[in-house]
Amino acid sequence: MSKKTIQDINARITDGSVHVVTAEEMPGIVAELGADGAAREVDIVTTGTFGAMCSSGAFLNLGHSDPPIKMQKVWFNDVEAYTGLAAIDAYMGATQLSESRGMEYGGGHVIEDLVAGRSVDIHATAYGTDCYPRKLLDTTVTIDDINQATMLNPRNGYQKYNVATNCSDRTLYTYMGTLLPDCGNATYSAAGVLSPLYNDPTYQTIGVGSRIFLSGAQGYITGQGTQHDPTNNFATIMVQGDMKRMNKKYVRGATFHGYGTSLYVGIGIPIPILNADIAQATAITDADITTNVLDYGVARRSRPILRKVTYEELKSGMIDINGKEVTTSPMSSFHDARAIAEELKDWIKKGEFYPTLPVENLPNTGVVFKPMKQMGEQPTVADVMAQRVTTIRQGLTVEDAARAITEGNFNHLPVVSDEDKLVGIITAWDIAKAVAKSKRDKLDDIMTRNVVTADTSEPVDTAARKLELHNISAMPVVNKHSKVVGIITSDDISKLVARR
Amino acid sequence: MKFILHATPEITPKPLIAEVILETGTLLNIDRADVKSSGGEVIIDVHQDRYNIVTAAFKKRGATITPLEQPIIKDDDECVNCGACISVCPTGVISFNDDWTVQMEIAKCVQCGACVIMCPQGALKVSK
Repeated sequence: MSKKTIQDINARITDGSVHVVTAEEMPGIVAELGADGAAREVDIVTTGTFGAMCSSGAFLNLGHSDPPIKMQKVWFNDVEAYTGLAAIDAYMGATQLSESRGMEYGGGHVIEDLVAGRSVDIHATAYGTDCYPRKLLDTTVTIDDINQATMLNPRNGYQKYNVATNCSDRTLYTYMGTLLPDCGNATYSAAGVLSPLYNDPTYQTIGVGSRIFLSGAQGYITGQGTQHDPTNNFATIMVQGDMKRMNKKYVRGATFHGYGTSLYVGIGIPIPILNADIAQATAITDADITTNVLDYGVARRSRPILRKVTYEELKSGMIDINGKEVTTSPMSSFHDARAIAEELKDWIKKGEFYPTLPVENLPNTGVVFKPMKQMGEQPTVADVMAQRVTTIRQGLTVEDAARAITEGNFNHLPVVSDEDKLVGIITAWDIAKAVAKSKRDKLDDIMTRNVVTADTSEPVDTAARKLELHNISAMPVVNKHSKVVGIITSDDISKLVARR
Repeated sequence: MKFILHATPEITPKPLIAEVILETGTLLNIDRADVKSSGGEVIIDVHQDRYNIVTAAFKKRGATITPLEQPIIKDDDECVNCGACISVCPTGVISFNDDWTVQMEIAKCVQCGACVIMCPQGALKVSK
């Protein structure tokens, strides 16, 4: 079996004989030469990904002012950075929003502006100490004016990611983009065959100290990423790199409408082909990588898995979900991922980049990605709703409804069919309007037919968000047969919150 | 060819479109219609041979016409070719080229704006 050392490979970079291919080219080579032949032939396989990586940010050291300040709070272009560090260090997170522009501009955009060489306004406040007497600072800088500008992303380069769709009846705005109702579309991360970690799925060559392409500069992997989940092929890496050397093309602030801001980051990892096993791993294709399609319409930690899907299907532009043809959109750029793999290949061929082996490999066993430990029971709709609820039969009059409401001293009256199924809702306000317009006959004419309902097992927090989104103050609680089993009002939820 | 028909509140209630179809004997495709208290705005698609006759008939009835030659504008410096815009477009304007760059068949665009809010880079704009 063919074996090489990293020193052999790096010697070939120096003498110009190194053979580098991208992860897109490797499946064909392995198919032709076999894994052993490919390992003999190819020295390095380059990978790439370019997409939204929310868990990104930058350490920025501003240098000392005169008189000096120990920044208690600091804003870059009105976006607050974290300052619980030494006097003039700050960490700008990609998803922090501008205080004046909201989701239009955030930490990701500040990082982009700095890399692009644009001026950034700084405002800082402090409490003042003997050594740092200054309490207020306003200045404008470019990246050249500050000391270190180090991008440090605690979680990056997901091995693969879930596909998002939305089976609910309303449009959702998520970190996976706009998800249309009734599974109207599906979104995914596009790297697939170029995915850095999927081309070395047991992390034989990837780990702490691996030199990588990070947004156009040479950066490093500093450890496993947060939420590293190798058991389920959701491994992640923590990376760092010098922003002053980055290419603005690969550092792009992003806004996900209705969700917030993020940062598009480009990562390329070279995989030294030390033996046939590694060559075989890099022969992976889009057809070999499967992931889950999740229903983001369910706002719970465990979203229902609708099906498994391969990247080949996703990239075809259409997938089948429960018999429906659904259009797919990547959220990351395959075009730019390919450009990154090519650029890294070019650097290596020109002798500008030497891969390293890790000083410690990423863990691939024994890591458990745990859900949050939560104290106490999370209340559900069943815990808070009123179980005794007056309903009124469809076909009765406005006057009948008015009587029921006044006798029961409540505001919301669900309307049910002869089969006891929920068909509408009447509020005291609907009745007042009907009376003002002298429409006193049929209830059917004035009731709201599209009733927003709750489910007994639903957490109170999601019920509260539904009330807020629909600008209503109560929802009938129904069972799977559309029979009314209770009613939950904003008053019930307020009382619960007051007790917490 | 597509154009935007602007109708003032005075003429909005009139059956303008039906009249123009009868008068010109031309099939019109209503891509999108939006009627508010400030007036009506309708995006109409018509074969280019009939464009002048149809728009003249609307103008005669007091409507204003704006040709929609470039309904959606993509800023290539901002676009990263992620393709997020593809799946939300109801009329199939956007797709990938063979090299995974984003291409737009703008003749199909009805200016719904779904892609504009989907684009994480703010690279898309509906022309006015």
